[in-house]
Parts: sequence; C-alpha cells; structure tokens
Amino acid sequence: MKYGPETIGVGLFAFLALLGAAFAADDLFAQHMWVLFFVLAGSTIVLLRKATFAPAAPEDPGAYMDGPIRYGSVATMFWGIVGFLVGVVAALQLAYPDLNIEPWLNFGRVRPLHTSAVIFAFGGNALIATSLYVVQRTSRARLFGGNLVWFVFWGYQLFIVMAATGYLLGITQSREYAEPEWYVDLWLTIVWVAYLVVFLGTIIKRKEPHIYVANWFYLSFIITIAMLHVVNNLAMPVSFLGVKSYSLFAGVQDALTQWWYGHNAVGFFLTAGFLGMMYYFVPKQAERPVYSYRLSIIHFWALIFLYIWAGPHHLHYTALPDWAQTLGMVFSIMLWMPSWGGMINGLMTLSGAWDKIRTDPIIRMMVLAIAFYGMSTFEGPMMSIKAVNSLSHYTDWTIGHVHSGALGWVGMISFGAIYYMVPKLWNRQRLYSLRLVTWHFWLATLGIVVYAAVMWVSGIMQGLMWREYDDQGFLVYSFAESVAAMHPYYVMRALGGLLYLIGALVMAYNIAMTIMGRVREEQPIGAVQPAIQAAE
Amino acid sequence: MSNEHIDEVSGVATTGHEWDGIKELNNPLPRWWVWTFYATIVWSIGYAIAYPAWPLITSATTGVLGYSSRQELSETLDQAAAAQADKVAAIGEKPLADILADEELRRFATSAGAAAFKVNCSQCHGSGAQGSPGYPNLNDDDWLWGGDIEAIHQTIAHGIRFDGDDETRISEMPAFGEILEPDQVKQVSAYVVSLSGTPSDAGLAEEGKQVYADNCAACHGDNAEGNHELGAPNLTDAIWFYGASEAEIAAQVRAPKHGVMPAWQARLGDAVVKELAVYVYSLGGGQ
Repeated sequence: MKYGPETIGVGLFAFLALLGAAFAADDLFAQHMWVLFFVLAGSTIVLLRKATFAPAAPEDPGAYMDGPIRYGSVATMFWGIVGFLVGVVAALQLAYPDLNIEPWLNFGRVRPLHTSAVIFAFGGNALIATSLYVVQRTSRARLFGGNLVWFVFWGYQLFIVMAATGYLLGITQSREYAEPEWYVDLWLTIVWVAYLVVFLGTIIKRKEPHIYVANWFYLSFIITIAMLHVVNNLAMPVSFLGVKSYSLFAGVQDALTQWWYGHNAVGFFLTAGFLGMMYYFVPKQAERPVYSYRLSIIHFWALIFLYIWAGPHHLHYTALPDWAQTLGMVFSIMLWMPSWGGMINGLMTLSGAWDKIRTDPIIRMMVLAIAFYGMSTFEGPMMSIKAVNSLSHYTDWTIGHVHSGALGWVGMISFGAIYYMVPKLWNRQRLYSLRLVTWHFWLATLGIVVYAAVMWVSGIMQGLMWREYDDQGFLVYSFAESVAAMHPYYVMRALGGLLYLIGALVMAYNIAMTIMGRVREEQPIGAVQPAIQAAE
Repeated sequence: MSNEHIDEVSGVATTGHEWDGIKELNNPLPRWWVWTFYATIVWSIGYAIAYPAWPLITSATTGVLGYSSRQELSETLDQAAAAQADKVAAIGEKPLADILADEELRRFATSAGAAAFKVNCSQCHGSGAQGSPGYPNLNDDDWLWGGDIEAIHQTIAHGIRFDGDDETRISEMPAFGEILEPDQVKQVSAYVVSLSGTPSDAGLAEEGKQVYADNCAACHGDNAEGNHELGAPNLTDAIWFYGASEAEIAAQVRAPKHGVMPAWQARLGDAVVKELAVYVYSLGGGQ
C-alpha cells in the first residue's frame, strides 16, 4: 500500500499532539499542540486520500530524484514572499506604531517571524532544494536514502510552521535566530540529521572521483549548523508538557554562546551555504569554468577556520572579557580576504562571458549578488573594529549591513538559482519570460539600494545623536528624540522593502507560468537571445 | 599537461576534472589577494600582542599596552567628572539667585538641567517640555504652583502629592459631583468655559456665575485667575490641563483628577535639582 506507513506515522503523531494538548502544563503548550494536531490531522487526511493499493510504479533507480527539489523550489518561493511581506509589515510597524496589533501581531512577535521566515524558511528551503539538485548532478548519483528526503522536506516545513505559530502565540526562548523552544528544537535536530544522512550518503556513493567544491560548502553548512543548533539550544525544560525551558549557560557565557551561534548562522547558513549555490549555478549559467581551483581550496578552508571565532564581535564593550573581544575582532579582520576569495572566484568565472550581463538577466542577478556579497563581507570586518563598532553598535547601520547581505547576496543568488533550475526541473524549454526577470532585477535592485542607503544614513545619524555632547560636557539628545528623528528613514525603508516584495511577486508569477508550461511571446533581450540549455 | 585540458577562451589550463559540465581553471591565487591576507594576519598578530588577547588558565594576557576597557571607561568618566567638578560644586553651594546672576554658571546649569530633564522628566513632560494631557507644558507662563525660580525648585525637589516627601505640595479640589446638583455643575462649567472667551450658553453661564462665587472663588479667586499658594489653576487663560471642552471641564468639576509628580531631591541630589530648576526657569515662562 502506497503511503501506508506514512499515513499511520503521521496519524499517530497527530494523536500524540492531541494528548499533548490534553495534558499540557501551561496554556501556551496546549495552544501550540492544538496547532500541531490540526496540521498533522490535515496531513493524515491528505495522505489517506492519496493512498492506493496498486503496487507503486518502480522508479528508475538511475534517474535523479527531483520531486523533493520541485517541492522545495515552490516552498522557497512561497516562504520568500511570506517572509518579505512580514518584513514590510515590521518596517511599517516601526514607522507607524499604531500598526502593532496586540497581542499576536505586535513588533516583538512579528520581528522574529520575519527573520526566521526569510533566513530559515526562504533561505533554508533554497539551500535544501539547491543542495539536493547540485549534489546529485555533480556526484552523478541519485539521492541516498530513498524516501528519507521527503521526510526532510516535510519535516522541515513542519518545523517552520511550529516555529512561526509559536512566535505569534508568544512562545520564545529569546535567543536571536534561535527563538523556538526546546521541543521544536528537538524536532529540527532530527530533521537536520536526516538531511545530513541524505546529503552525505549521496556524496559517498558518487560516481565522480572528486567532490565538487559546491558540495564542500554545502557539507560544511550542514555539519556546522547541526553543531551550532545543538549547543546553543542546550536547555532544560521546566516540564516535558510545557513551553518554558532554561538555558544550560548563564550570564556572559550564555551571551557568548548565543553570538557564537548567531554569527555562525550568518557564516555557515548565509555565507557558506550560498557560496555552494554560487559555485554551481554561476558556472552553469555563464557556461564558463570556475576561475581558480586553488583559490577555491584556500578560501574554503580559511573561511571555515576563521569564521567560527568571529562571534564575540557582537559583544564589543559589554561584560565579555577584553581578550575575547580582541579575538573576535582580529578573526573578523582576517576573514576579509577569505570571504573575498569567493567573490573573486564568482566574478572571474565570468571572464570570457562578460557580454552575457547585457543579454542574460539571470547572470546579471548573479553578478549583483556577488557584488553585494563582496560589499557586505568588507563592511562586516570593518564594523567589527572596536572604534567603528562603538559608533555602529545598536544602531540601524547593523540592520542595513544585514540587509545588504540578505537582500543583495542571499536573495539574489537564490532567485538566480531558481530561475535556472525551474525550467529544467519541469522539463520546460525556457522560462515563461526573461523580460519579467529583468523587471524583477530592477525592482529588487532599487529596493536594496533604497533600503541599505536609508539605513546607513539613519544608523550613523542615530549613533552620532547618542554620543553628541554640548560644550559643557552634557548629552544633547534624549533617546526619544533620536527615535523621532528616524521616522522619515523608517518610512523610506518600508518603501525599499515593498519594492523588493513586488519584485518577488513578479518572480512568483513568472515561475508559476513556467511550471504551467506557458511561454510569453516577447522581444529577446539584446542582440542575441541568451542560450538556454535544453533540460537534461 | 595535455592540450585537451586547456580552456580555449582564456588559454589557461584546467584541473582536468569535470562535474556536470563544470570545469575548473588552474589559475594561481591573485597576488594582491595573498598579500592582503598576509597583511591582515600580521596586523592581527600585532594587535593581539598589544591588547589583551590570549586566554590562560584563570586569566588572559594583558597586552603590552596594558589596555582594559573597564579602566578606559572609568578614566573617561573621571575626566568628565573632573572637568565639571568646580561648577557642580559651585552650584551645590550657591543660592539659586546667585547661579542665575553668574552668566557662566547659569549656562552650565542650563545645559546640565537639559540633559537631566531628558533622562528624568521627558517621559511625562515631553522632550521639548511641551507637556501632554495631564502633564503641564513648561514653556508657557501659566504656572500651577508659581513660576519664579524658588517655586520651581520647590516643586521639583519635593514633588506634588508625593507620598514619600513631607514637604510635598498638596492641594485637593473636592469632588463637586457630591456637593452640587447636576444642573449647578452644568451651569458652573458653562461659566468657567466662558471666562476664557470660549462660546457657551449665555443663560447657563449667567446662572453659573453665582455657583462659582459660592463654591469656587475661595481657591480659584474672585477673578478666577488661580492661586499659586494652593496650586489652583488660572481658569481665564484658555490653557487646560485635562481637556478644553465643556464636558471635560464638567467631568473635572464632578470628580477632579489629582496628578502626582515625584520628589526628585532624594533621587537626584541637590545640585541636579538646582540645575533642573534653572533649565525649566530658562524655558521661557519663568517669572
């Protein structure tokens, strides 16, 4: 019976969720378990309706397993739009505080919803989908573990739903980018280990003699995130039927563990993982060899060795001992060139194909992504210098820095990868429309530029207002005055985010039409229509 | 290396492997990249020698510069305190009138008071001391308890209706809802509104005049210009504390709200309270 064990398993978990709701130690746990119950019960019904007693058609064991990647591409698009939309809402809440709607939609709950939706739901799905695509093709091997990858995909979506609904209910352990409570963390651990098994198993059974550089980056991302997630979330639940837990660490050790995690979420999730994406999709789209094999080895090892130490720069001028602040700063400085190694390799891969920037909007998107990667990996080490940090810390400059990396690098490289993958995954001749890709490119670029520029101005102004002394040696501004001064910038920031969101909606339309097999009749861009490879 | 491993476009050798059609060129590391990387490492080692860096068993190296962020902070604070010490001491010793008379000291106290105001007072009175409903505007010349420097100082130091201070200012307007008939409340409210030239029912106001004389004039005065001794507001200047409409005024007659302001002397000390008084006095409404 097809889907037999799956249906029974999900149904059983739905029953456990119901028990959790019935015997919950606190109201929030009961509410959260009701959410879980309805999600799992709904999934059971869907599975039951799909169940058949006919013997399943044997799948070609030699073919690549692309089903989960198709689902992952759609999930990436969906969560991306959710995350960008919530971001625009959060930006508007800062500009217009009346939009804080108690209790579920106030800024304190919407903000982690935004960060988790864009990093883990959008970015995570993009990384999982592309890594599974890349590892099969560069290893010439079908995914290891059979249907385990479906567990990874659906298990990860369940994690996202539980994390997001938890935030809105007010369940949080108040650790940035690690807000979900202990039971959701445990679930993610199980899913993540399954992901590691699928990925590593595929590499082990590869038919290529060497492991391609993209897979080094993806593997370092998967392993390091597992380590970071487990250590940072070590906590003791107050009750096994309640939401609250207490961290294993206390005081400044707790803060340092959190920022060791937080910074390496940036380093290994948003940098290493997406570099893996870049190392496959840029050479494929440009149809050029990677610029330098030696550079890829050196910058890979330098990057992963140095990144893991840089976390303390988030805690400059705090209770963290001076020696740890120094080390966080110098490791960040040394990280500059290893980060730029990826930028050089990405940009120089285009040598011999620079003309494609005129004719191929997907290449243009990837080049912009690499350019923003280069900018934010220069800005990061600079902001880690204590003298600079004393101005930038706690200001909007940090928000601007994160977003030039997130919107510019992570977003644009993911968009490029999805534009590349989707026609191949659905066996389409080409995308529905390249002109719409151009529209997406300009909307997103304008959005990023507005966002980053506005946050630089607002952040530096904020930092300067906080440290402004008059000639008698007294502070000039109150905190509330610096907040009031930022209002126009907050409005413009929301506008930048809105442009980026509209770009993503254009993309979603384009992708949906491509999946439906439609091709828009339009003038080719530039003199020559860019060559689109036939699907394998 | 054979010719088949040369990339035709760039003329550079590849490593000979190929993954899903992707090859890798065997370009050397860019020189500038290598040297910049070395430079950041050398700089980092130098920095780690100069500043606290290497963790030991129970402590860490202190660095040859002997830097400590705690020490830097306390030195900076000490310097700032030392630079102001003379003037702060003078403000503590001198009477308020002398501070106002001394141009230099007055400027210093105004700056200091402004900074203290933003930390302690702006939450109720606003960053620009413009007030908000229930909290007086300090920029105008309408004062509940007096606007000369000594009166302002007294209010800040001991607060208003503040339980923890024996010298706090106290006044309590009775709840006239329990004393007057509902009609009388309407009449007196109409009269009070009319005092500042706001249109109201002339007939009601005329009747309210007598109600006012019998019940209100004792504190607010025959001409309704208030009394600083009792904290009784001036009712003729169109400046309202709890709303300007006739209904809001009637509500205040029936069951008055009695605001509380904390006493700051014990919390901020003598000098800071004097500085605050000078600052508030400077805002434009000081008498």
